[in-house]
Amino acid sequence: MIYLKNVASLGYDPQKCTGCGRCVEVCPHGVFFMQDKRAVMGERDLCMECGACQKNCPFNAIHVNAGVGCANAVIRSIATGSEPTCGCS
Amino acid sequence: MSNTCCTESIKMPHWADGILATSGGPVYRVSTRWTRRDRVGQVRSRISTFRMAYTVEPGIYAVGNPSRESEIFVSANYKLSFDILRRELKGLNAWILVIDTKGINVWCAAGKGTFGTEELVSRMAKTGIAGLVDHRRIIVPQLGAPGVDANLVKKESGFRVYYGPARASDIPAYLSSNYTATREMRTVQFRLIDRLILTPIELNPLLKIIPVFAMAVLLVFGLQPSGIVFMSAFTHGLPIFILGVIAILAGTLFTPVFLPFIPFRSFAIKGWLAGAILIFPYLYYIDWLVPGKILMTAFSFLFFPMVSSYLGLQFTGASTYTSLSGVKKELKIGIPVYISSGIASLVLLVIYKINEWGIV
Repeated sequence: MIYLKNVASLGYDPQKCTGCGRCVEVCPHGVFFMQDKRAVMGERDLCMECGACQKNCPFNAIHVNAGVGCANAVIRSIATGSEPTCGCS
Repeated sequence: MSNTCCTESIKMPHWADGILATSGGPVYRVSTRWTRRDRVGQVRSRISTFRMAYTVEPGIYAVGNPSRESEIFVSANYKLSFDILRRELKGLNAWILVIDTKGINVWCAAGKGTFGTEELVSRMAKTGIAGLVDHRRIIVPQLGAPGVDANLVKKESGFRVYYGPARASDIPAYLSSNYTATREMRTVQFRLIDRLILTPIELNPLLKIIPVFAMAVLLVFGLQPSGIVFMSAFTHGLPIFILGVIAILAGTLFTPVFLPFIPFRSFAIKGWLAGAILIFPYLYYIDWLVPGKILMTAFSFLFFPMVSSYLGLQFTGASTYTSLSGVKKELKIGIPVYISSGIASLVLLVIYKINEWGIV
């Protein structure tokens, strides 16, 4: 399933990629895949901004504003003026 | 249980089937079978706040008779996360390292960072798990990756992180294909059963709101110039109450279940459509779709789909594919719409009451 078009903040600099494959390993939506020993960013609209790729890229080739895609968390963050964090368990 | 000890003196957890003596001290050997208590626990944790205290003690556990070459699987200390892992390790000899995620499941805890590099590395050190094995591999659930920096783990513990498949049920396939997972095994699904299983926890808090809503409806529709009239409250209020219940079900049950089939990608729009579609037949049934009922029909279409929309939007938190940027965009448009249609429906209600009382 795909969420809203053109909203995901995922950015990728192929110049910095060394082809370790970590991003392919961690992405839960198959946004990245390997081609000619380099990672390629596929459909950005599939990205849910979980931040796993950015966290596990040893070469800072990936940037994303990671966070929870949760309306409740965002509403609470607006009300309290803090960062949106998941309050569920 | 030849290699067990102390079973007489220590009360074991019901999911343990023995105690294994290791070089680092005794550890529980866990059963890979679920008992009735585990199944009941799963149901309770999926429908209520019971899950808030459904935990296991962080530390090392054994599956089968693990050796110095056996794999180490990392799990959260939410009992259900732990249960799902141990169930899928049937027939294997392995170690489980449960880290302290404050009783939260792997994916949510990874998002918060409690399932994270720091806790993983310090739990490894605290438990002395490196002393139990000769290899330096640790299998971390893929959904823990948002909180774990594999490079930092390697630097600080010497262990290489292998991200396991997204679903524990693919672990045997993952191991037999030399720590590789197919794209399918790496991708999170959101099938009907996945969505359905999430609805009770969304519905549960709303069940407590329904009596409050019922009281409000009785009050508004019972209020007459002569005082509160119960008959009037009932005959005029009942349709509104039923519409409210339909709106709640549309947002918290219908929207999640039919999510892929409701048009538009926005959860707010999906929820609105679900509400509008579901109240329509009821309005037809009670004969409100006529010019004489225009005021209450307009109120109904302004108010109830809005409630469904808001509740549908709440499901973004349970969904497996919505992003923070996307939800922010939905709310940026949604909140002003909710406020204005809320005010407009209130105005209609006031006009209705004024008409009813014959003030003007």
